[in-house]
Amino acid sequence: MAVTVLAMVLQRNLFSVVVLFSIYSFLMATVLVALDAVDVAMTEAAVGAGVSTVLLLGALHLTGGTEAKRLERPLVPLALAVAVGAVLAYGSLGLPSFSDPLAPIHTHVAPRYLGASVEETGVPNVVSAVLASYRGYDTLGETIVVFTAGAGVIALLRRRRKGR
Amino acid sequence: MKDDIILRVVAKLLTPFMLLFALYVQFHADFGPGGGFQAGVIAAAAVVFYALVFGLRAGLRLVPEAVAERMLAAGALLYAGVGLAGIALGGNYLDYFVLDADAVHGQHRGIFWVEVGVLFTVSGVMLKLFYMFAGRGGTRDERGGE
Amino acid sequence: MSAVAAHFSYWVTLFLMIAGLYILIARGNLMKKLIGLGVFQTSVYLLYIAPGKLVGGTAPIVAAGFTTYSNPLPHVLILTAIVVGVATLALGLAITVRIREAYGTIEEDEILERDRTGER
Repeated sequence: MAVTVLAMVLQRNLFSVVVLFSIYSFLMATVLVALDAVDVAMTEAAVGAGVSTVLLLGALHLTGGTEAKRLERPLVPLALAVAVGAVLAYGSLGLPSFSDPLAPIHTHVAPRYLGASVEETGVPNVVSAVLASYRGYDTLGETIVVFTAGAGVIALLRRRRKGR
Repeated sequence: MKDDIILRVVAKLLTPFMLLFALYVQFHADFGPGGGFQAGVIAAAAVVFYALVFGLRAGLRLVPEAVAERMLAAGALLYAGVGLAGIALGGNYLDYFVLDADAVHGQHRGIFWVEVGVLFTVSGVMLKLFYMFAGRGGTRDERGGE
Repeated sequence: MSAVAAHFSYWVTLFLMIAGLYILIARGNLMKKLIGLGVFQTSVYLLYIAPGKLVGGTAPIVAAGFTTYSNPLPHVLILTAIVVGVATLALGLAITVRIREAYGTIEEDEILERDRTGER
């Protein structure tokens, strides 16, 4: 995955960047399966590798820019990014270790969901239960966001009846 | 791509199965991975695949643009409607317990309709997005006189 | 577990995040910027999902014979984040397409140059 990302950073041909992004999404989906997030992995594979690639290619065809420009001053952003990364890496040392069962993330809301959702909703897939029931408002808002984004794209790209 | 016989045959064979798989993912979400989001994207991807192989016009014949637009709005309304149904039956907004005499069944019903709403919105939006981008490209090609 | 193994997942996340950030800042091409944003976004998925994993656990689908599950809450949040992500990506692409139609380029410096000289 790291190799794909590096290639993406260096590659200036936009078409190959899009293809690399697709490969990267598939790899990410694989990693997510390894992390037991099957629902998320499924979405990532369908959305990241499928739909966004098609959209990116469509937009690429419209904008026609196949070759990005060479960088003029690559060092300033690089230094900035590395500095941000160093600060974050220092901060990550204070976070709980990987797969620590006593980490705060596992001791608060999650046991309630895992323990009670089957009795309360009758749905064994906890992700579905939480998504649609316990956090119904979130999902409602999210559906509205998707709807709004769709409406925005329609407003931006709708073909006019007459030419300009 | 329209002339490749292998692509045409495979696309024709696969599209119904992809749609079927989307339905499976939708309705099996209680027991396995899946749900409205995934199913919506898969359904949209099936139609997009069909349109890529057979051309945009064939895709538009399969799912006209107006249908995609209506789906987009209908899904969001359905979701909000489930919430209102909860109020109408004496609960709070998005309260599923009141949708059926039995609380667990009510939850089931609520989740089911909410997921259907999500399915409609997501697949509608994805399809519409594809049509918008592809449609623009089409006119440019025609103008360019390919 | 040694400190390196314990925090490896965070560092992978950080690497992706930095790469996305770098593309976002350094590249003037709007398409490339959007892809950088996408990489940054996927790194956030990893940031949420990785701490939810428990070694020896299984996916959060309740079944007989399993007692440890990975945390379902981040999964739900990220699930919605992915779909919102593609919707915003599409919106960004649509804006890029319009910019290209208005300015004839999607390179940031050229757009700024045109704005400065007032040429359309």
